[in-house]
Amino acid sequence: MTDQQTGPEILRVSGLTVTFPSGDGPVRAVRGVDYTLHRGEVLGIVGESGSGKSVTSLAVMGLLPPTAQVEGTIRFDGVDLLAASEDELTRVRGERIAMIFQDPMTSLNPVYTVGYQIAEAVLAHRDVSKAAARERAIELLGTVRIPNPDQRVDSYPHELSGGMRQRVVIAIAMANDPDVIIADEPTTALDVTVQAQVMEALAAAQRATGAAMVLITHDLGVIAGQADRVMVMYAGKPVEVGGVEDIFYTPRMPYTLGLLGSLPRLDRPAERLTPIPGSPPSVVNMPPGCPFTPRCPLSSEVCREVEPELVGVEDAAGTSGDGHRAACHHSSQLAGAAAGEVFDAGGGEDLTGHGAAPADPTALTGEAGR
Amino acid sequence: MSSTTEATTRSTSAPTLLSVRHLVKEFPIRSGGLFRRRAGAVQAVSDVSFDIAEGETLGLVGESGCGKSTLARVALNLIPATAGEVRFGDREITALSPGRMRSLRREMQLVFQDPYASLDPRMPVNELIAEPLRIHGLYGADGRDRVRELMSTVGLKPEHGNRYAHEFSGGQRQRIGIARALALHPKLIVLDEPVSALDVSIQAGVLNLLQELQAERGLSYLFVSHDLSVVRHIADRIAVMYLGKIVETGPASSLFSAPGHPYTHALISAIPLPDPRRERARERITVIGDLPNPADPPSGCRFRTRCPKFAHELSADQQQTCTDEEPALTDRGTGHPVACHFAQARALL
Amino acid sequence: MPDAIDTTHPRPAAPADPDREFTVEERSQAQLVLRRFLQHRAAMVSLVVLVLLVLLAYVVGPLWRYDVGQITPDNSAPPSLAHPFGTDAVGKDQFAQVLGGTRTSLQVSVMVALLATFVGTLWGSIAGYFGGWVDTIMMRIADLVLTLPLIAVAAMLAHNLGGTWYLIGLVIAGLYWAYVSRVARGVVLSLREKEFIEAARALGASNTRIIVRHLVPNALGSILVNLTILVALAILLETALSYLGFGVQVPDTSLGLLVNEAQTALTTRPWLFYFPGLFIIIIALTINFIGDGLRDAFDPQQTKVRQ
Repeated sequence: MTDQQTGPEILRVSGLTVTFPSGDGPVRAVRGVDYTLHRGEVLGIVGESGSGKSVTSLAVMGLLPPTAQVEGTIRFDGVDLLAASEDELTRVRGERIAMIFQDPMTSLNPVYTVGYQIAEAVLAHRDVSKAAARERAIELLGTVRIPNPDQRVDSYPHELSGGMRQRVVIAIAMANDPDVIIADEPTTALDVTVQAQVMEALAAAQRATGAAMVLITHDLGVIAGQADRVMVMYAGKPVEVGGVEDIFYTPRMPYTLGLLGSLPRLDRPAERLTPIPGSPPSVVNMPPGCPFTPRCPLSSEVCREVEPELVGVEDAAGTSGDGHRAACHHSSQLAGAAAGEVFDAGGGEDLTGHGAAPADPTALTGEAGR
Repeated sequence: MSSTTEATTRSTSAPTLLSVRHLVKEFPIRSGGLFRRRAGAVQAVSDVSFDIAEGETLGLVGESGCGKSTLARVALNLIPATAGEVRFGDREITALSPGRMRSLRREMQLVFQDPYASLDPRMPVNELIAEPLRIHGLYGADGRDRVRELMSTVGLKPEHGNRYAHEFSGGQRQRIGIARALALHPKLIVLDEPVSALDVSIQAGVLNLLQELQAERGLSYLFVSHDLSVVRHIADRIAVMYLGKIVETGPASSLFSAPGHPYTHALISAIPLPDPRRERARERITVIGDLPNPADPPSGCRFRTRCPKFAHELSADQQQTCTDEEPALTDRGTGHPVACHFAQARALL
Repeated sequence: MPDAIDTTHPRPAAPADPDREFTVEERSQAQLVLRRFLQHRAAMVSLVVLVLLVLLAYVVGPLWRYDVGQITPDNSAPPSLAHPFGTDAVGKDQFAQVLGGTRTSLQVSVMVALLATFVGTLWGSIAGYFGGWVDTIMMRIADLVLTLPLIAVAAMLAHNLGGTWYLIGLVIAGLYWAYVSRVARGVVLSLREKEFIEAARALGASNTRIIVRHLVPNALGSILVNLTILVALAILLETALSYLGFGVQVPDTSLGLLVNEAQTALTTRPWLFYFPGLFIIIIALTINFIGDGLRDAFDPQQTKVRQ
């Protein structure tokens, strides 16, 4: 499943950086992201709060506030979105690239019926009659598995549960058969059983439209179940990229390994967790070198001076063909290592009181807070 | 109702610390208007019984609206029970006077989900941690040292004592909450979703800290969470709640190896495993529809309206049983109590 | 600041950046509040100005060569060295009058502000904290007071009670506390639902402690701002009462009374009008800025000092 080779390239992001001005100096929320997305594939982006994973996608959608300085190129089907006019962007947004946000309540307008809102999305980009748009709305509600779609189409958002609302948001995203769906923490606000239902609806939507999907989440379980390829982000940069199995079974960046080791597992009896010591760095005035250095058990002199590039790694089995890359000077040491061996299981978290989180202005930029 | 005393059998032989029997909590629904007449009631907790032994962790799992946080607060007598009893040690606490209850609070503490909202923004950290000591008149000449000691116990630097909560990260704030709870050497700590607001890499550190503290101090935990993986990791025994009732309870190992209630099945199979091959090969059991109105729960088994088993596997006669009879929480051959007429152990992991 | 060196992993490779480790001396909350207040420029300037004004009124005033109400041989004299603020038509030294009026006005307004804030805050907090019937009864009483036509009632009461400054203050405070109680109740109602209040209760804190240690400090900002508004309101109401002849009576004087006496002479002897007016503005402004500074000092999340 890892190298399920998919359709032609649809989206290519290269050298993307996003900087926000702030009172404490420029906040480098995204510091160089490159990825390509092919038709039909699901790219999972994982990271903790402040890692820049949401800002990356907002940049693709052109939804960042005007104060943000965005550099790099975002090629969508041959068009550079960063150089495109607002008109061109509007045509792409919603029709060819659709976005699903975390909170379905804020992305739906409370004063219109869900049917009206779906039909509106259809009518915005297609020249069809209102009746046809309504038919399409009912069909879409069925695709996202809302029971009795022909009645639900006349419901107002407040008459639906959180899970149902999120399905409506997915239906709106699907309305114009987009080429790319960007889902930013689509199930974080929902209960687990509802999350499973919505995830199923989202997967069904993606299959039905054949769209490529960027799935942004902090939940490694969701990534394991849905993604074909995974990009792990830390402090505004991808630190490891690869097929889903590479990332989960043979991580080659200490941060990825630490994340996996700090997860309590449902499928295993209790064993000691291996937390990553410390907390994520503030992205204001970042020191040189690898941003993970202060928390990394493998760090050495070179880590503090030179920020490692994302380079291909050779897996133990020798199968590095599908682009497993890691940004770590010591990634070779990690071949076959378990989190408990690399991280000291006894380590406590953040023994200093610096508290980067509240001072971190990326909190204002739409990074999902949980 | 014939439920539950046997529902509480424990694997440990340690003496019981907290014992809850047939606990009910109703919230009145009031009409609008001037007189706000009582128009009905929601049973947030409906005839719940459980025990927690000394040094034991009971995990209370359920989704939002199941009454788990209310149950935790009623068990601490922070909100009054409508019916039932709560014994802490050898005392029945639901009828204690406010004054007596206040002094008993030394032994039972609460850690909140949101480490932002639960810390007074106007107090520096050393005052926050000193507060329980001051309340109970224990902040003597050595008060400052005790606060410093508590800060290092939970992994904070004592020098940062005069900072305010908002200057700390989420994980650190939760450690402040834990230090407050520890200050009075309680026997029981109720943890209400203590890690669900934290990033994963931070959450592990807090969970480890909780386990260390329990081992050192013989604490009992009531660990309330929606996250089965976290609960499996930390709890000795688990109780699964749905719409105000415990639907299944048992030792962690048995509950995960042989879950009997369809709701537990759905919960377990809904949690994605961080393991791509296993995650993609798993059997999925999904619940149907949405949570019914808690003010008007379904007759008989409360889960039947969303139960995949009820919908797909049971005959009409069997369905009638679910509609008419409320299932008692008893062992039906799964090795632990399950409140389902047709309980059947299934391997899901 | 960059974050988090994990000290449980002391390995040779661990970076030893001294900037990342810093220790701060422990300080008490009072010290922290004081420090933040001292950093608030507008509040500090205001405080200095107000202190100078108070010294002028209470120290320089009694030492001044003329007393309040004393008639000098010069009448209608413009400001000069002998009479810095000039004199009025009967020859009263306006500098002495203004300093005397400042004393009375400050006393009245500070008394009103403190009394009305104390009673109103207590009243509103109790109503808001306990809720239910307590709330209903207490707030209906406050509403009743609010429906009274302020000037008419104050004038009637002041007239019957006589014109000494503390009685005027008492009358004004007796009407203004109800405003304060509504504000305080609103603040407490929103605070009561905060999780840290529940957290304190879970620790075993008594109602008294919760009110004194958690509710009041968190409500202090709004109450202080309100207090400063009250000072300004009290000066204005006292002025209005004096205008109607029900306020402070001659030979006592107040800033309001002086403004009123001077209004007929605005074109001929403007100094009689401008100096008491200026003092009213200075008092109201400085107290407002001090209120701002206090609010910011008590709010630890306020990182930027207001300009």
